[in-house]
Amino acid sequence: MLIRKPSDIPSSEITSESSYKDFLSRRRFLRTAISGAAAAGGAVLGADRVADLLSPGTTALADATKLQTVKSPLSTTGEQLTSFEDITHYNNYYEFGVQKSDPAKNAGVLPTRPWTVKVDGLVKQPKTFDIDALLKLRPLEDRVYRHRCVEAWSMVIPWVGYSLSEFIKQCDPLPSAKYVQFLSYYDKKVEKWTDESSIFWPYSEGLRMDEAMHPLTLLTFGLYGQVLPNQDGAPVRIVVPWKYGFKSAKSIVTVRFVEKMPETTWYQQNPREYGFYSNVNPNHDHPRWSQKTERRIGQPFYAQRRTTLMFNGYAEQVASLYNGMNLDRNY
Amino acid sequence: MSRKTLITLKTLTWIACLGPFLMLVYEAVTNNLGPDPSSNIALTTGYNALLILILSLAVTPLRLLSPRLSWLIKFRRLLGLFAFFYATIHLATYLALYLNFDWNVFKTDITKRRFIIAGFAAWILLVPLALTSTTWAIRKLGGKQWNRLHKLVYLAAIGGIIHYWWQVKPGVLSPMNLTISLAVLLLARPVLLFIQKRKTRRAVAA
Repeated sequence: MLIRKPSDIPSSEITSESSYKDFLSRRRFLRTAISGAAAAGGAVLGADRVADLLSPGTTALADATKLQTVKSPLSTTGEQLTSFEDITHYNNYYEFGVQKSDPAKNAGVLPTRPWTVKVDGLVKQPKTFDIDALLKLRPLEDRVYRHRCVEAWSMVIPWVGYSLSEFIKQCDPLPSAKYVQFLSYYDKKVEKWTDESSIFWPYSEGLRMDEAMHPLTLLTFGLYGQVLPNQDGAPVRIVVPWKYGFKSAKSIVTVRFVEKMPETTWYQQNPREYGFYSNVNPNHDHPRWSQKTERRIGQPFYAQRRTTLMFNGYAEQVASLYNGMNLDRNY
Repeated sequence: MSRKTLITLKTLTWIACLGPFLMLVYEAVTNNLGPDPSSNIALTTGYNALLILILSLAVTPLRLLSPRLSWLIKFRRLLGLFAFFYATIHLATYLALYLNFDWNVFKTDITKRRFIIAGFAAWILLVPLALTSTTWAIRKLGGKQWNRLHKLVYLAAIGGIIHYWWQVKPGVLSPMNLTISLAVLLLARPVLLFIQKRKTRRAVAA
């Protein structure tokens, strides 16, 4: 019998908790027939293949949002994935409201097609990329990453995308470019919730060039094998797994290559609390709370707490980027 | 007000005040506390502690507005104790689910983190008020002394609001509604007292 390890299973074959529940409620009469199989291999049983057999409606939806993906050796293994339901209903996306449940309710109005990403600043020539061209630029990989928010909660998310470095190579940045800035979509007429905070919009984030070129830094188009839900930063975002979540800008419309450290949103709000680097670092506390531990989302209240790892567990890959730097001062 | 109406209203107040707590218990038992249960418990109990405390501070201004509302005083102790009840669960949640009872972390928090200091101070201020809430304690202390002691509630409420502002991310305005409510209620006292005094003076003069 072929027994596959969880790490061998592409996310497109993993039955998300919610779709599994939907499937059960729709096909209650089949429950007894399939429950044995589901219990034995819920993760191996392909949701869409089962849907093919049983529910044409579900298949149509899955086809529209499904992405063709390949495995990646850069995936994090040995962690239980956070459910699709939690990843899509516990979001910080302040353009759509400041409560964690707001983006799931409000982000539907974000117009994700047509969508272009403008590249400007220190490049040979400014360019504009269409989202559909970006999707085809490189093969899309399933990348499971830990995600650690500065607020001390964490998830494990099966993202879909390719290394940002592949995209940057297409942008022809000049040697004088030392940083790259990401600007998120902003239209006050669409995002009516921006007055709930006193943030200056559009949302801006940035990375040092070597951080942006690191293979772990992901240009992200999907999660759980599907296109990104709007509340998770559709249609394209970055994911920098060794940094606090707010560094991973969502719904990107502009990529700008610059010489000086760019002005970034949370740094502007409070430089003492949200440093430019914001690497996950259990030894450097946020001024208002400890960063030594975190709450894993989706666990029962008595089992949420766990230890936070240096660079969110990616020290082996990224620590060398910061050789000789005082991480307590450059937080 | 008839005894029957009073009992009905008190029962309704009990139900309303216990509501959020029973909801949390129900959700905990059915594993429905949401994606981040610890923070759900902490936010729900903290918010309701402040909300009920501020409601208790509405009693005096309302009575000053109209003598017909004087019966509201019968609800103040109930509200105050429920505020303390939620504040205590809030503190316990922090100690158990956030610190895992790690007293070293607590020592750092209570000396270094201003939002913890403000919140803890607010809770400490509520303790003597809860302890002296019985009729026996009021009689023992005497009305004047008791009143003076219970002025601490203003400090506790302000401390709680500061705790809330210092806890949220800079730029997040969610504590605004409670802050405005508290400010209005605190300002209403001197204003209403001034108006009342002038009325009495006029009445005396006439």
